[in-house]
Amino acid sequence: MERIGLRIRLLKFFNRHPHTKAFGILLPCMFWIGVFFLLPLVFMATYSFLERALYGGVQLIFTWENYTRFVDPLYLKILLRSFRISFLTTVILLIIGYPMAYRIAMADKRWRNILLFLVVLPFWTSDLIRTYAWMLILRDTGLLNFLLQYLHVIKKPLTLLYTEGAILLGLAYVYLPFMVLPLYASIEKLDRSLLEAAEDLGATPFWRFLKVTVPLTKSGILAGSLLVFIPSVGAFIVPDLLGGAKAMMIGNLVQLQFGPSRNWPFGSAASFILMTIVLLAVFTYLRFAGGKEAMEEAR
Amino acid sequence: MKRGDYLKPLDWFTSAGYLFLYLPICILIAFSFNTSRFSVVWERFTWEWYGRLIRDPLVLDALKNSVIVAIVAMILSTIIGTLTAYGLYRYRFRGKSVFDGILFLPIVTPEIVVGISLVIFFVMIKYNLGLTTIIIAHVAFDIPFVMLIVRARLQGMDRTLEEASMDLGADEWTTFFKVTIPQLLPGIIAAALLAFTLSFDDFVITFFVAGVGATTLPLKIYSMVRLGVSPKINALSALIVLFSISLITVADRLQRMRV
Repeated sequence: MERIGLRIRLLKFFNRHPHTKAFGILLPCMFWIGVFFLLPLVFMATYSFLERALYGGVQLIFTWENYTRFVDPLYLKILLRSFRISFLTTVILLIIGYPMAYRIAMADKRWRNILLFLVVLPFWTSDLIRTYAWMLILRDTGLLNFLLQYLHVIKKPLTLLYTEGAILLGLAYVYLPFMVLPLYASIEKLDRSLLEAAEDLGATPFWRFLKVTVPLTKSGILAGSLLVFIPSVGAFIVPDLLGGAKAMMIGNLVQLQFGPSRNWPFGSAASFILMTIVLLAVFTYLRFAGGKEAMEEAR
Repeated sequence: MKRGDYLKPLDWFTSAGYLFLYLPICILIAFSFNTSRFSVVWERFTWEWYGRLIRDPLVLDALKNSVIVAIVAMILSTIIGTLTAYGLYRYRFRGKSVFDGILFLPIVTPEIVVGISLVIFFVMIKYNLGLTTIIIAHVAFDIPFVMLIVRARLQGMDRTLEEASMDLGADEWTTFFKVTIPQLLPGIIAAALLAFTLSFDDFVITFFVAGVGATTLPLKIYSMVRLGVSPKINALSALIVLFSISLITVADRLQRMRV
């Protein structure tokens, strides 16, 4: 009885204050995301303006130095490389992903679900393991070098691992699902009658694709590009395992500051720059793709 | 229009795309059964590397940690994420779009940023790094995913059933537990399985918030990879990939299920 009484009182209270009810239900999420996601970001931003103390701590002295250090060509090079690699990954995946998404959208219903599932599946499996698989293939004594030598294409093993090319390959491999899914979603919604109309009016397949299909699937192209660019620019595992010390990206720089270099303020600044790049990419995307609907699309 | 004209080359291209996605994983699994330790040449089939795995106390310890973390993170994030999805579906309030945007943030924020900001946070509040901090971090990145999956299910739900239940005199509480939740159940279980997988497989964020004592399987793999490629890593990776694939397949089935 006691419990029922309490329940009725609670319900009455909530009926009088509908907002409190919504608030109550959302509270656990607000708490968790607020305290364990947003607040740490604020701490990180603060850290990036503090001076480093000896042995890894910080001193409560304000400084711009952690940001001005990025003028150093060494760090600028890392920033530029991150941009270049992420941009190239996005372009490569557009080229690979569009035809795949198109073919999946054209498949009959039963096959479509299977094909889609096979694209999504790797997304949920470990990046670390999928990247490691490429180490088996690309290293000097790896599968690819073995095959090429066996077929007498090359005499000495090629250096494939620890290059920018290896990073590109790894990122394209890991983020392919991110490109195919949004592209598929927009191609699938495409109004076929428009394609037929273009054909009736004499458009060749090439021009029809360029002038009708591509503009109509713009939202998918933008969403896919965003979803690939963002994790690529902040990637850590792929450049760490496949790039090594010779081809560092921002992610590796951040890790280095929190690991061996023990310069947390500088690491925070690098991380903050990374976060800014990501947010800029999101805002640019929203600008081009048009607000809220676009955000739904990206999901 | 002749269908085959452009679909034929597309077929080849798409098949190549799938080969690209799956061949490396297949190679990894195949080499976990090869007797040769260093070479890529196939020698003989063996279970030896799997045997060495289950006899390695460090691997077993990491497995135990991973399971604990993934289960606790799954339970917490499923409860919180489901409540959030329901709240956002059911109520309109000022600042809802801001709330939505904030939930979108953990998904787009690079993992490394999440990891180092949390480590700064825990060090500043002087909380010792360990299993608890790993769980806290995992719940934070699982919540938005659970929310999205349950929300998709809610949007496809038949709302008249809820109304019928209320009309027949059930209060909101009873309606939620007896009508809404059962209808959402396949979606909730699917979300839970995916949250488990995400948590079980996470490396980057865990790497930063783990501290010294708490090693999970991905951390163990990473430390082994640092020492070089080995068939033992292949075996461990193969097991984890196959385990993830089975969980995801079940989750996918559940998501497609109609009530």
